[in-house]
Amino acid sequence: MIPREFQYHAPKTLPDALGLLHQFGDEAKVLAGGHSLLPMMKLRFAQPAHLVDLGKIAELRGIREDGGTIGIGAMTTESDLIASRLLQERCPLLVEGARQISDPQVRYKGTIGGDIAHGDPGNDHPALALALGASFVLRGASGERVVSADGFFRGTYDTLLEPGEIITEIRIPTPANGTGWCYAKLKRKTGDFATAAAAVTIRMHGDKVADVAIALTNVGATALEAKAAEAALRGKTFDAAAIDEAVRLAMSICDPVADLRGDPEYKTAMAGEMTRTALRSAHSRAAR
Amino acid sequence: MAQKQMVSFKLNGSDVDVAVEARELLIHTLRERLQHTGPHIGCETSHCGACTVDLDGMSVKSCTVLTVQCDGSEMMTIEGFAKGGDLHVLQEAFTQEHALQCGYCTPGMITRAYRLLKENPNPSEEEIRYGMAGNLCRCTGYQNIVKAVQYAAAKMAAKSA
Repeated sequence: MIPREFQYHAPKTLPDALGLLHQFGDEAKVLAGGHSLLPMMKLRFAQPAHLVDLGKIAELRGIREDGGTIGIGAMTTESDLIASRLLQERCPLLVEGARQISDPQVRYKGTIGGDIAHGDPGNDHPALALALGASFVLRGASGERVVSADGFFRGTYDTLLEPGEIITEIRIPTPANGTGWCYAKLKRKTGDFATAAAAVTIRMHGDKVADVAIALTNVGATALEAKAAEAALRGKTFDAAAIDEAVRLAMSICDPVADLRGDPEYKTAMAGEMTRTALRSAHSRAAR
Repeated sequence: MAQKQMVSFKLNGSDVDVAVEARELLIHTLRERLQHTGPHIGCETSHCGACTVDLDGMSVKSCTVLTVQCDGSEMMTIEGFAKGGDLHVLQEAFTQEHALQCGYCTPGMITRAYRLLKENPNPSEEEIRYGMAGNLCRCTGYQNIVKAVQYAAAKMAAKSA
């Protein structure tokens, strides 16, 4: 219930934060919204000697669009995402996804960057990022690099982040006008992590699929992009047979752990159902 | 003896200074140091919302916030609702609609409902249930809590009309 002792730092600038992370190395953990980390520290599953709170660094928050790319500061909260007119109009998948994360209190504190950096396969933003073709701006003491969401998630609590590096921004190519979207999330109760969830974007050309993205939450060690399912749909007529095949291929990549949310067979079946629901819903929202 | 740091904030309109270790949770500072036992500890997993406070205009679970994060903040707990002996309209609503039995979740419910009605002064039943999803109740089955929020919303709308 009570964390181990630690030293708390609240730097006001990004260079200061990176300096502290560099100084303390693996004795330091970043504090974003704190609603994954603090519960772990209360159970003493995490016992960092130093906590570097990014909450006072104003440049890490904000949502803007610049020449076809949406840029979201890593410390932007879920409730900020939901309230954003820009996202509601230009990237509604992210708003639909954020609305299904946890509960109102958690959404006031939880951040998109923290959700992504934590590497928890139950978190929703990784699949959303994959479906949107997002990339992440990483900053460390040695400089800045931009990496694609595809390949960023290596395993449970394991991402491409190097020691001393933080995510500063999430970049999303603005979805084309007429793109359909859906985040379908099955959960046992309100506020729960996904039993299985699917993020879909789709562009149609008449009744043929011009492009599609499908990514799954919590049915593997990381979020999973269902690339074979996508390939099977591209260029095809969007009919029952095509949907069935995409669902089958999406299920084929699932490798969920057994837990109180279900056994692997059940979770995989539910990933299939969420893929089906998300495909149909995204299609209904897409311009022909 | 671990290092303590001074943290200052406004609690229900009054200035407060506390000396706390970095690891001290806001809920413990409120309950143990400041004798504000309205917010309750109802779980160990940040789920139940019985500890909900209004912090800088946000509903926040005070069991999942460090007191050191609150320097310069403005916060309100259930203790700050009644004014001069008069119940806040939400407290009246929860009484009138029998929205509590044991009362353990109630401070968190009312504190969250307060912010919900500021976000959305005229919520539908579905919006109330979605907007209160961070507060769990083992007694009531939520029906009367929804009615209480609707009662309060109507009364607040009538007042400002």
